[in-house]
Amino acid sequence: MNAFEFVRASTVAEAIAAGSSPGAAFLAGGTNLVDLMKGAVSRPPKLVDIGSVEGLDAIETRPDGAVRIGALVANSELARGPFAARFPLIAEAVLSGASPQLRNAATVGGNLMQRTRCAYFFDAASACNKRTPGAGCDAIGGEARTQAILGWSEHCVATHPSDLCVALAALSAIVEIDGPSGRREIPINSFYRLPGDTPERESELAQGELIVAVRLPAGAAAFAGHSRYVKARDRISYAFALASCAAALRLENGLITEASIALGGVAAKPWRAEAAEAALAGAKPEDAAFTAAAAVALADAKPSGDNAFKIELARRVVVRALRLAAAGTPKSMPALPASPFGDISG
Amino acid sequence: MRGAISLTINGLARQIALDDPRVTLLDLLRERLGLPGAKKGCDRGQCGACTVILDGQRINSCLKLAATCDGANVLTIEGLAHGEKLHAVQAAFIAHDAFQCGFCTPGQILSAVAFLEEGGDWRDPERIREGMSGNLCRCGAYAGIVAAVQDAGRRLEAETRKDVA
Repeated sequence: MNAFEFVRASTVAEAIAAGSSPGAAFLAGGTNLVDLMKGAVSRPPKLVDIGSVEGLDAIETRPDGAVRIGALVANSELARGPFAARFPLIAEAVLSGASPQLRNAATVGGNLMQRTRCAYFFDAASACNKRTPGAGCDAIGGEARTQAILGWSEHCVATHPSDLCVALAALSAIVEIDGPSGRREIPINSFYRLPGDTPERESELAQGELIVAVRLPAGAAAFAGHSRYVKARDRISYAFALASCAAALRLENGLITEASIALGGVAAKPWRAEAAEAALAGAKPEDAAFTAAAAVALADAKPSGDNAFKIELARRVVVRALRLAAAGTPKSMPALPASPFGDISG
Repeated sequence: MRGAISLTINGLARQIALDDPRVTLLDLLRERLGLPGAKKGCDRGQCGACTVILDGQRINSCLKLAATCDGANVLTIEGLAHGEKLHAVQAAFIAHDAFQCGFCTPGQILSAVAFLEEGGDWRDPERIREGMSGNLCRCGAYAGIVAAVQDAGRRLEAETRKDVA
């Protein structure tokens, strides 16, 4: 690990001031950043510890019905109590990721800011445009199992590893930011950048800008009765997604009035599938409609190497998630959250 | 005092000088405080051998910088028993042969203690396996571990019932 200056901030203003110097990084749970520093993948000259910054650790419902999740709320908190009952999609996505120990330490803001798990990004001996702009990409032509099939470029094929963010994308969450130029907010579906020719720039955040909260709009709770997260991976637990899908439906009189679909493990960002959602509006919640919507969701997919199987896998994961969502959110969390092998009879 | 933190470790309040912010909680415990119960397996948050309970929550101490733990309460395997009386999870691990080499065992035990305190459903082996998924055992003692967690869950619930009655 590189030597670094360590600064503890106790207010947002202190954190922003300390985090504005070139290369400075915010440290919260540390589950991703400390790991990256141990591998010399990240070498920040300064760490700003925001773990005890006041006012960022609450979940609150605002008068308009929106729910504001403080950036320092632990991932595990999102799978408990009334919040989980109101947003079961988020709870299932969270519980399908990492391990209980990691979920306790990891924060919501940190989850949004985690880096890709691309093995070439993690391996200092491999060329990586994300780590060293202009160095090239050894992932292209390499092991492609975890790499992107949507939105990738010839400069980077890495995927975003979060499960939580896929659920947040489906629920149209808004990222609240504070920074040297003041406060602003960005919808999560505009927060991440596709790699293009600048894969080192992963989000719209500027140096010194801090995520202070993630907000769920008032309408997000309306999906609670019909929302599921499904995740296909190489192990049944404690593994990153090969392809995952957050599916949320509103049903009235036997028809779909609103659908929301986001995919994980397939792109540099949680991939919202708006055209597929439009294809479902007004449809009967049946396999024919789900299959057609899944085809639309993956219409632009292209293998980035030897990973064409992921296109069909993702299609089937979308169908499975929609089928489960239509059947209704289960009363209690399944023993294996997000498992594609659960009971599908509904 | 610059670079100092206060920690309560296994019930004992301590002031600890920190000369380097790179020191993890795991290294602090093992190398500087004479508490080698938490183990360094992968050192990257993947194996769970370093699991400790920090402010009531199980975490991987290898990914936690000690400098960020000022004021925290830490429980390690060394502080789990009451004198000679083993914690129910410790006794169950022995009774069910829930280890072979023992390297992952302190982490497994603390993770199981936390799983039960979180209200984890010990009646369902599948939920135990999922709840213990952050702790790897290279000897493959998983069958014994699941049996031990079930047994400890049963005993702790019976004790709670007795206390209430």
